[in-house]
Amino acid sequence: MDVRSRNHVTVTGRTGGPVVMLAHGFGCDQNMWRLVVPALERDFTVVLFDHVGAGHSDLSAWSPEHYSTLDRYADDVLEICRELALGPVTFVGHSVSAMMGVLAAARAPEAFAGLVLLAPSPCFIDDPESGYRGGFSAEDIDELLESLEANYLGWSGAMAPVIMGNPERPELGQELTNSFCRTDPDIARVFARVTFLSDNRADLPAVDVPTLIAQCSSDAIAPPEVGAFVHAQIQGSQLVTLNATGHCPQLAAPEETTAAITAFAGAAR
Amino acid sequence: MSRTSDEEGGSPERDEASADEQAQFSALLEDSAEDLYERAPCGYLSTQLDGRIAKVNTTLLDWLGYEPGELVGHKHFSDLLTVGGRLYHETHFAPLLRMQGEISGIALELKAANGARLPVLVTSTVKTSSDGQPLLIRTTVFDARDRRAYETELLRARQQAEEERARLQRLNTTLQKTLLPPALANVPGLDVSAHYHIASTDEVGGDFYDLFPLAAGTWGLFLGDVCGKGAMAAAVTSLARYTLRAAAVYDPDPAAVLDNLNTVLNHEYNGTDPRFCTVVFGLLTPDHDEGGFRVTLASGGHPPALLMRADGTADYLTTPGGQLIGVLPDVDIATTTVRLAPGDTLLLHTDGLTEAHINSDAEDGERYGDDALLDFADALAPTTASDTISAIRDLLDKLGSGVDDDTAVLAIHVPQPPSDEHQ
Repeated sequence: MDVRSRNHVTVTGRTGGPVVMLAHGFGCDQNMWRLVVPALERDFTVVLFDHVGAGHSDLSAWSPEHYSTLDRYADDVLEICRELALGPVTFVGHSVSAMMGVLAAARAPEAFAGLVLLAPSPCFIDDPESGYRGGFSAEDIDELLESLEANYLGWSGAMAPVIMGNPERPELGQELTNSFCRTDPDIARVFARVTFLSDNRADLPAVDVPTLIAQCSSDAIAPPEVGAFVHAQIQGSQLVTLNATGHCPQLAAPEETTAAITAFAGAAR
Repeated sequence: MSRTSDEEGGSPERDEASADEQAQFSALLEDSAEDLYERAPCGYLSTQLDGRIAKVNTTLLDWLGYEPGELVGHKHFSDLLTVGGRLYHETHFAPLLRMQGEISGIALELKAANGARLPVLVTSTVKTSSDGQPLLIRTTVFDARDRRAYETELLRARQQAEEERARLQRLNTTLQKTLLPPALANVPGLDVSAHYHIASTDEVGGDFYDLFPLAAGTWGLFLGDVCGKGAMAAAVTSLARYTLRAAAVYDPDPAAVLDNLNTVLNHEYNGTDPRFCTVVFGLLTPDHDEGGFRVTLASGGHPPALLMRADGTADYLTTPGGQLIGVLPDVDIATTTVRLAPGDTLLLHTDGLTEAHINSDAEDGERYGDDALLDFADALAPTTASDTISAIRDLLDKLGSGVDDDTAVLAIHVPQPPSDEHQ
């Protein structure tokens, strides 16, 4: 299978510039980065992609067996790096993708110039035994699944062939409403479980590449103490707290997010 | 009230009457923009871009049981949601609202002050300044208790339908298995193998085959395809299978076997509901003079068998003129006799294979076809029964969803005598 079309990989920006790879989190697709890409393009080669099962990825490549762990997503990241052969990349992982970066960097540190963990959480579920507070209980995740069930956001089985049969992204103005977050409900359910039920706390100390943790000042999904935990577990990591609120600083505060990525990736090259 | 504006403008008395009417309306409505906002039949909410509540109407406060001061400036919109709803808000709702400037009809649950939950439908738009900068978010909230109950019912019905479908598929698969021999008979001096490919578990297919002993070292074999699918086709398949076995005991001449099947099908399914099938029946007898087996094949409208020889050639064993079984009271059946020498392999198949679409995307695209199957056999020969079946299975896998009908294949092979193996 062609990795580029499997993950709908797009490469833009300055040819030969240091490489920044942007990985979207649970919910939407690579469009999540559209407010930061124009500024990053000036200095960097920018690699965008959709996780298998999301956006314009090849849905036929997705199966619940293969994509029920973050390891498989981390493998995909490494395959994209190998396929593009652009040298070490600064990997910017938002939310759940931050942990994909952690797993990939532990496996193949040579592929990474650095990691930017944007609003990361290694474990969303509270673990009273160790005193870790991720902010959620397993029942909360069931509630999320109910919300997913209640809101297909325009996805329907009849639309899937149209989306898959038209890999060239039409102009944004022609995009169908909610298409950035349109996901096959079966896929969304499995990805939600992978995202919110994975526990990658033990993988953090294995990271041995320069790492920046960028958390938001008020984030209902990844609270400040979680960012502090990640910072404490990854030796030599930097922690910045953005003024941005919410869980998606690349949308809420694109300039501030771009500045943090640029400063780190510029230094990491 | 079908007056035109010309008529209205033409009469001062009527102007006066119209003004009176308007005054009456206004009095009746007692309306002000403020009242429209506060006591609208839906909840109104204005929030800053970070979700902090800046303004909320009385309707929503009443629904939730809050005082204005408890929400404005203190709570974020997402604070009113259930935890799961908050996750959904952060991962779907907020990003889409940012990117599209609006999002509509999202089903969420609000938490009232007393902990009760209110199912609602939420629509939000971003208010922008004249130069396009986002300023604040306006949200309307509709009570969706009845609608959500209805949707939950729909969802439950869908889940039930999916469960029923899975149950039906299991039933079909089981029924299909009962129409086939659990294992092929072991024929001394022959290597035999078969495969049944189920195109869809939604319906039982009508393909069948069998291989069984007859008197005095002879063997019967058949492979056929009942027209149609589903329960009726399964009933005919079952009838055809036991009729063929019984008929072969009564008179093993292959043409007579098919003639008897034809009589039975005509008898059972006469009148308005004729049922028919294509079938090839073979009688295998060991060739004691020259080694190997002699096989006499009778065909009733069935695709010809393929002979893959020890010398690497392959040919169809045509039986021209054989008619469908079960259509006419008297049927023409064509027979052919061939010797299977050591190293030869005979392949029987149903047309699910040759009728498979090569390009699975095209509805009426190119079919795999008889010529392609002959080339396939030519490339395969010389071969064995099990290698043939395994190659056919690979071929079916490759054709994938292009195989839209069930396919049965049966291969028999005369192994080389052990002493010949080193030659």
